[in-house]
Amino acid sequence: MSSIPKEHDYIGLSESPAMEIISDKLSPSSTSSSTLTAVEKHSSGSSKNNNTSLNLKETELRLGLPGSQSPERKPTVPAAGVSLFGKDIDTNNANAYSLNPLKNLVSGAKRGFSDALDGSTGKWVFSDSNGSEKSRVAGPANKDFAQSPKPVQDKNSQVAAANENSSAPAAKTQVVGWPPIRSFRKNTMASSLVKNNEDVDGKSVYGCLYVKVSMDGAPYLRKVDLKTYGNYLELSSALEKMFGCFTIGQCGYHGLPARDGLTESCLKDLLHGSEYVLTYEDKDGDWMLVGDVPWDMFTDSCRRLRIMKGSEAIGLAPRAMEKCKNRN
Amino acid sequence: MGPNPKMRKEFFDSTRSSPFPDEVLERVLSLLKSHKDLSPEIVARRFPRVKSVTLKGKPRFSDFNLVPENWGADVHPWLVVFAAKYPFLEELRLKRMAVSDESLEFLAINFPNFKVLSLLSCDGFSTDGLAAIATHCKNLTQLDIHENGIDDKSGSWLSCFPENFTSLEVLNFANLNTDVNFDALERLVSRCKSLKVLKASKSISLEHLQRLLVCAPQLIELGTGSLMPELTACQYAQLENAFNQLKNLSTLSGLWEASAPYLPVLYPACTNLTFLNLSYAFLQSHELESLLCQCPHLRRLWVLDTVGDKGLEAVGSNCPLLEELRVFPADPFDEEVIHGVTEAGFLAVSYGCRRLHYVLYFCRQMTNAAVATIVQNCPDFTHFRLCIMNPGQPDYVTNEPMDEAFGAVVRTCTKLQRLSVSGLLTDLTFEYIGQYAKNLETLSVAFAGSSDRGMQCMLEGCPKLRKLEIRDCPFGNAALLSGLEKYESMRSLWMSACNVTMNGCRLLAREMPRLNVEVMKDDGSDDSQADKVYVYRSVVGPRRDAPPCVLTLSGL
Repeated sequence: MSSIPKEHDYIGLSESPAMEIISDKLSPSSTSSSTLTAVEKHSSGSSKNNNTSLNLKETELRLGLPGSQSPERKPTVPAAGVSLFGKDIDTNNANAYSLNPLKNLVSGAKRGFSDALDGSTGKWVFSDSNGSEKSRVAGPANKDFAQSPKPVQDKNSQVAAANENSSAPAAKTQVVGWPPIRSFRKNTMASSLVKNNEDVDGKSVYGCLYVKVSMDGAPYLRKVDLKTYGNYLELSSALEKMFGCFTIGQCGYHGLPARDGLTESCLKDLLHGSEYVLTYEDKDGDWMLVGDVPWDMFTDSCRRLRIMKGSEAIGLAPRAMEKCKNRN
Repeated sequence: MGPNPKMRKEFFDSTRSSPFPDEVLERVLSLLKSHKDLSPEIVARRFPRVKSVTLKGKPRFSDFNLVPENWGADVHPWLVVFAAKYPFLEELRLKRMAVSDESLEFLAINFPNFKVLSLLSCDGFSTDGLAAIATHCKNLTQLDIHENGIDDKSGSWLSCFPENFTSLEVLNFANLNTDVNFDALERLVSRCKSLKVLKASKSISLEHLQRLLVCAPQLIELGTGSLMPELTACQYAQLENAFNQLKNLSTLSGLWEASAPYLPVLYPACTNLTFLNLSYAFLQSHELESLLCQCPHLRRLWVLDTVGDKGLEAVGSNCPLLEELRVFPADPFDEEVIHGVTEAGFLAVSYGCRRLHYVLYFCRQMTNAAVATIVQNCPDFTHFRLCIMNPGQPDYVTNEPMDEAFGAVVRTCTKLQRLSVSGLLTDLTFEYIGQYAKNLETLSVAFAGSSDRGMQCMLEGCPKLRKLEIRDCPFGNAALLSGLEKYESMRSLWMSACNVTMNGCRLLAREMPRLNVEVMKDDGSDDSQADKVYVYRSVVGPRRDAPPCVLTLSGL
């Protein structure tokens, strides 16, 4: 069984260039017709790659206005101008305006996506609206602009008129001057973080230790700072909070120093009892079950985390056992 | 000819007759305030004797790069007039002003009694300017360089203090990055026996710090340099000893690159701490907790969100006297990162710290219910600045706007003077603010509101409103023009990325000739849009130092 997880492109989203193209065309100087053409061209190219297992209507892009209400759904429209997923937005609100759609492409999308998932799968809800992978956001926008030309045309002039022109290049998702932090602090923080992240073996004596966390079935990656947790229990409850309902096998956790590592029977329980298990890629590039080594050793060697379906993780067991045995 | 920055100047009302001798008058002169925009000439004419001046220049949003760099607020014309009219000026405090090295040299040379220089959030100068101050100001007692855009060329400016110079009481150079001449610094600290405040820069190592502390056990405020672990056991013991000698320390800051093994060295000095600034220290929750246990009298705490909700629980448990809390984001721009603090941390603090009245809180999620509980626990808030970092984000549990949160704040906190709102907000928030925030003076609004009505509520409602800053909100001309009379009682209005047009601004300028209506356009934006608008009252009309990108609309 392959130990390297595949990154599934669940929504048939293409990489960030799509977003750049769209945002270019939404800039104030473009005309609506050229916007449409460019997007249509692009979307026809990528439609072949779509994984259409999702309800497309849910992912339809509408160019909406902040503060406007969705007539059919809960009024949870983000203040941002664009919601990529699952929101019908009233585009006739004369008083409203659009922010630079690019800026809000991502933020609106993140919120929208979580709402869509909430509705359609009921399975997991992102409790905060962070963590969408920027490159994946672009897809539906790309694809569905063609399907809803009217909003784009109507709103383009308002977009142009009310744009806060930021000198940020198209691909940037940051808003100028937001969050409101003074330059001195920004620069100081930035240089400290760079220093930490450049640490060759990934371990920082001070500062943060970020690793990516992916979950099978979720198109979004998160990053966590392992230094904020003191043991496996804290990590697993934090991840459960983040990724909603799934259960991580409790073997080796609860502060047990895991001197013994995972025992064979423990492993079996683990994999058959829970729907998902928490795995990590270690320094050697191997995928291991989390909990097999003492916590400090784990933070030292963990490169990334993956919340894997229990059934898939069974394949890890033999290797995990081997490594355990070697250590003991 | 001169700029017209907003000036808060301290002066005595010259219309009152005074039986006091001059010396007393001069002291009392420091006590009154003026908030109108004035020119140096007018100030000099009206207020003949001034020893201490505070000048605040650019709009606050210049801190966040929203104001063109060359907007104005140059201090030099002021200095020229002051040199003529107030040659015995002793104190100058500048905030958000453009300050050049030439100006600093001019200041150093022309004011023989000069004692106190404070530069906060200024830009345009380099360490050469500091060298001029060090060289010429024989009576300097305070040099406070804080969070400026400074061109840091080298640390040799410290050597410019003459060897017989001993009057320094406050030295804050935490702003700087380059290495300083440590020997010069050590000699300076040893001979200035009245030194009470020393805030060092990152370049000062622990070994350096130990040597400085040995010279200055009388310090009341200390900003350490880097706390990077690098000492031998013997050196560590010496440092511990040095901190042990600091019996009078009430403020501790700096702590760059603070790490767990070295924090305990600070403990002996923490007993009397009232202000602990950890906002540049990447601490974890347990490290914070250990430190807080040492500080029973803490009133003000600044931290990074790396401490997490757990760290804030520790704050709630260990700091019953806490009055001010600021939580800054360690990594504000990486949206993929899951860390930081949530509503849970803020709640925990509110349960433990009932005296809390000042909060600045950066977070990535919040709920209406949490905020309502928080203000119930702490009804005495005077400053409530909540920044939910994702613009327009709703209550993450209910998915509703955050209107009720801020409604609870203004209803419950009757003493509220300053409010910053964030999250998904409709006009309802502003209805609440207008209706309940009777003492509100400063209000910051971003990515909020649904219509002009929102802004109207603010302008019609808050009787004490002085500063209103708005960005990225759907407020247009009708909203702008609903505040005509109001603006004359306010210090300033800032509106950027809203729906205001040039015509609206022209109308405002025409109706209200005593206001300056400045418009700044962004590159490439529509001709009719007023991208950035800054309105303030002025008795001297449009300023003449505005650059081409700033258009002052006149009603004349």
